[in-house]
Amino acid sequence: MTPTTTATSRPAATRRPGRRRSFSITTPSWLFAAPALLVYALVVLYPAISGVFYAFTDWSGIGEDMSFVGLANFRTLLGDEQAMGSIGNTLLLTLAIVAVQNGIGLLLALGVHAKLRSRALLRVIFFAPVVVSPVMVAFLWKYIYNPDPSAGLNGLLGLDVNWLGDPSVALWSVAGMVVWQYAGYSMVIFLAGLEGVPKELHEAAMIDGAGTFQRFRYVTWPLLAPALTINMMLSTIGGLKLFDQIFATTNGGPGYATETLSTVLYKQAFVFGKFGYSTAIALVLALFVAAVSLVQVYYLRSREVTA
Amino acid sequence: MRRTFLLEIVMIAVAVAFLFPVYTLVALSLKDPAQISQTPLALPAPPTLDNFANAWTAAALGPSLMNSTVITVASLIALIALGSFAAYYLARVKSRLGYGLYILFLLGIVLPFQLGMIPLYELVTGLGLLGTHAGMIIFYTGIQLPFTVFLYTGFIRALPADYASAAQIDGASQLTAFTRVVFPLLRPITGTVLILNAVFIWNDFFTPLLYLGGSGFETVPVSVFAFVGQYVSDHGLVFAGLVLGALPIVAVFLVLQRYVIKGFASGLKG
Repeated sequence: MTPTTTATSRPAATRRPGRRRSFSITTPSWLFAAPALLVYALVVLYPAISGVFYAFTDWSGIGEDMSFVGLANFRTLLGDEQAMGSIGNTLLLTLAIVAVQNGIGLLLALGVHAKLRSRALLRVIFFAPVVVSPVMVAFLWKYIYNPDPSAGLNGLLGLDVNWLGDPSVALWSVAGMVVWQYAGYSMVIFLAGLEGVPKELHEAAMIDGAGTFQRFRYVTWPLLAPALTINMMLSTIGGLKLFDQIFATTNGGPGYATETLSTVLYKQAFVFGKFGYSTAIALVLALFVAAVSLVQVYYLRSREVTA
Repeated sequence: MRRTFLLEIVMIAVAVAFLFPVYTLVALSLKDPAQISQTPLALPAPPTLDNFANAWTAAALGPSLMNSTVITVASLIALIALGSFAAYYLARVKSRLGYGLYILFLLGIVLPFQLGMIPLYELVTGLGLLGTHAGMIIFYTGIQLPFTVFLYTGFIRALPADYASAAQIDGASQLTAFTRVVFPLLRPITGTVLILNAVFIWNDFFTPLLYLGGSGFETVPVSVFAFVGQYVSDHGLVFAGLVLGALPIVAVFLVLQRYVIKGFASGLKG
């Protein structure tokens, strides 16, 4: 189970010794890549480069009227309590999702990896929410998080919590809903990792007298390294970019309790018409995502050697 | 033996708790307003299908299903064609430039689309593609190409080049060698590409809301969003709409569950 992310960092992999040198006849023409490059440049590269440009302007989104304002948008951001608070919320929310989703995903994977009669059915049940639109899942959970003590989660648990209306609870409620939807995704990736652990290693450890926990700690866990890092990366990027679920439930409220970088940049653009400022916030989000991805890819490579 | 049995009981209990939101969804969609307010947790007694009939027409789900299908299928065809072609070059080329191009494609996986969201909106408007299927198809093809190219390139690199060489020595053109010899060998990764992109495109919400909202060409999530906003207090009706909106993809998932789970589990490795 080699994550291909490693292949990206080893261009020489195509020239591995032992592989015969191929004829030059097999090197395909660059024309093969041309149509994809054209669409990619049009839809991703050009808009992203323009986005970086707009981040340094005061463009309002209407007309051509704009001027270059240097770092003013970023200075505004530093003094904007709402936006700065949203950075804190984004990080807290991401941290909660990454920790809980992967923890539960791992436990579920260990559970359905055992020889249970219902394992196939259990996998389907836990994975099913992953394929449903996040907006629809959010609408369902908006009702589940009903403040009415006799309905939804309150009714089930006999509680009286205003899940989405209490500013000290709302962010965690959003995290809970995301974890419910995507724990099954983490589960299947861990499961693929578990299936790659050779049985002989477990048998050898058992003969040496290792207990269940020790076998997990010293045999299974190190070999799960690639699956763990893939899961960490997917859930971190997903958490940082999270938008649909908040938009459909709290829309950043109550107050600014669930406001994240994604919701703030949306509002700055489409509610307040500050397109320049909005793209500046988007640039900050992009830098967060890029930094986290780079760190995790690096971490993946370093663990790959030991695994 | 006994420990496995105990674990089975625990896991089934966890699954039952996990399904509570799904139970709520289905139960409420089968209740009338009086039952929803008086016995929100109980089974529907008696169940009614009125909500479903009303939701189907009120949410305009028929046309939305058509729109979602057209956009998803066309984008998938474009992604598989363009993605596999580009990856064939990127996996085999040995120059620095080729490798740089590959990294340029990978950059797109990391970039959050919000960065280019507004300039792209302008571009789509400028090209007259706002509120059209074509606009969405081009958008999804571009935005999902990096991931598609990444998956295909990893797979092709592990494939011996000899098959294509043999075909070319026998007189086939590069294009024929690829479409007749190489592409059929890519079937496993094409399956993964198909599944991951299909789920993403079918469920995507924000861009279709922005580009298609009010155009009459809305996809399922956008229609459901508008529908929920309109009937927000009628939970039975709203939930019937959610059930209908989620049903197509859940049905496809249940039929192809083994492939879908495998596709997601292997999505990031080669």
